[in-house]
Amino acid sequence: MLKQQHLVSVAVMLLLAMVLFNLPEQVAIRIKAGIGGLFLPLFGLAAAGQTVVDSGVSATVPRRALLRELANTRAENQQLAVRAMQGEEALRENERLRQLLGWQKQSPWNIKLARVIARDTAAWWRTLRIDLGTRDGLRPGLPVLVREGLIGKTGDVALTTSEVILIGDPNCRVAVLVRETGEMGVLLGMSEGVFDHRLVDLSHLPRNSSVKPGQTVYTSGLGGVFPAGLPVGTIVDSRSVGYGLYTEARVRLAADTSKTREVAVLFP
Amino acid sequence: MKEILINNALTFLLLLTAFVAVFLQAAWDFPRNLLGVPLNLLPPLMVFAAFRTGVTTISLLAGLGGLFTDALSANPLGVSMLPLLWVGLAIHHWRELILQEFAYARFIVGFIASAAAPLLTLIIIMTLGKRTLAGWAFVWQWMIMALTGGLLTPLSFWLLDAAAERLVPGPVVRPSFRPDREIKRGRY
Repeated sequence: MLKQQHLVSVAVMLLLAMVLFNLPEQVAIRIKAGIGGLFLPLFGLAAAGQTVVDSGVSATVPRRALLRELANTRAENQQLAVRAMQGEEALRENERLRQLLGWQKQSPWNIKLARVIARDTAAWWRTLRIDLGTRDGLRPGLPVLVREGLIGKTGDVALTTSEVILIGDPNCRVAVLVRETGEMGVLLGMSEGVFDHRLVDLSHLPRNSSVKPGQTVYTSGLGGVFPAGLPVGTIVDSRSVGYGLYTEARVRLAADTSKTREVAVLFP
Repeated sequence: MKEILINNALTFLLLLTAFVAVFLQAAWDFPRNLLGVPLNLLPPLMVFAAFRTGVTTISLLAGLGGLFTDALSANPLGVSMLPLLWVGLAIHHWRELILQEFAYARFIVGFIASAAAPLLTLIIIMTLGKRTLAGWAFVWQWMIMALTGGLLTPLSFWLLDAAAERLVPGPVVRPSFRPDREIKRGRY
């Protein structure tokens, strides 16, 4: 037999839960942001601690290794500078051709770097939290990427932090293109029954699809969220589903988000 | 008065620990990368609260702990509160039947609590019509969460009991000596 005190506490919590479940979405997001804001001092402390550890580690690196690293970085920098010049020339050519054809002018994307401060506390979502928010100009639905490729898009945005919904989460679908075959599909979510968090399902491929393992997957630009041409991953295998009506493939994501500490947010 | 002070201090300690635990759950990558799932630290805390405190503290821990968890997650706000409360109240209801002073009993209760809380949360999320990542691979993750929760429960008892002892000094034991009952030796 439950005591009266137990019943009262259950009733109060049930009532509170019902109120919270039925709140308008924007109000719930604001309350979440407010509660999440309480953790900001701890995130700041953790970042400061990490900086101290990093500087301590870099202080112990031998001078010879640093000089070698510097030489490598200089060589890489020169290569990238040449590629950037080629890219700029290609962009100018692209603009000229667009003007000739009378197509709409494409605005270049700007980049803002952000630090990953937290990951989802639940195992059934794939999200992380970064240290940029509305005060930095972020809004929901902006592409987020790392050096290896696209990792997701921004979700709820608070004043100083934002949620990033990673590829593989049911709330982040990406329209993609297999570069070698030109076939288009949609990345849906993580593959069922596998423990590799980098494997996601690519659906809506044509019935007679010719995708093969090792082929590369890029964003197609359809859907309006992600710009075209961002690398996403490579095909692992494919199979016919729905009694041969269409083909599904598994894609291994280019970026390993479990070790990501810094990301870039793209602005139109 | 002393009892109230001890209870308030323990409640404050538990809520503070829950706050730090949720932060660690979100910001500490090492266990997540090692085990493949985030550590769920609130069920072990709830087991401690259910054995050592009353319904008010259990409700506060479930409410605030749940809100902290949901604030740093894509969970709908409030879904983690009710499972924690149910787990806490169930253990509190049967606390006198459980051999709570034994580490293996704490492990088993922690294991069950750490298995029940995420499962109930997931059921509520699905009832609300949200699509999650939970598939067959989740069964493995769920077992890891339950096992780590079970292992962390005796540890949380040890740490929180030690912290509570330092936070609130134990009651002063009055000696049986009374000056008016002193046996005076000598001539009368």
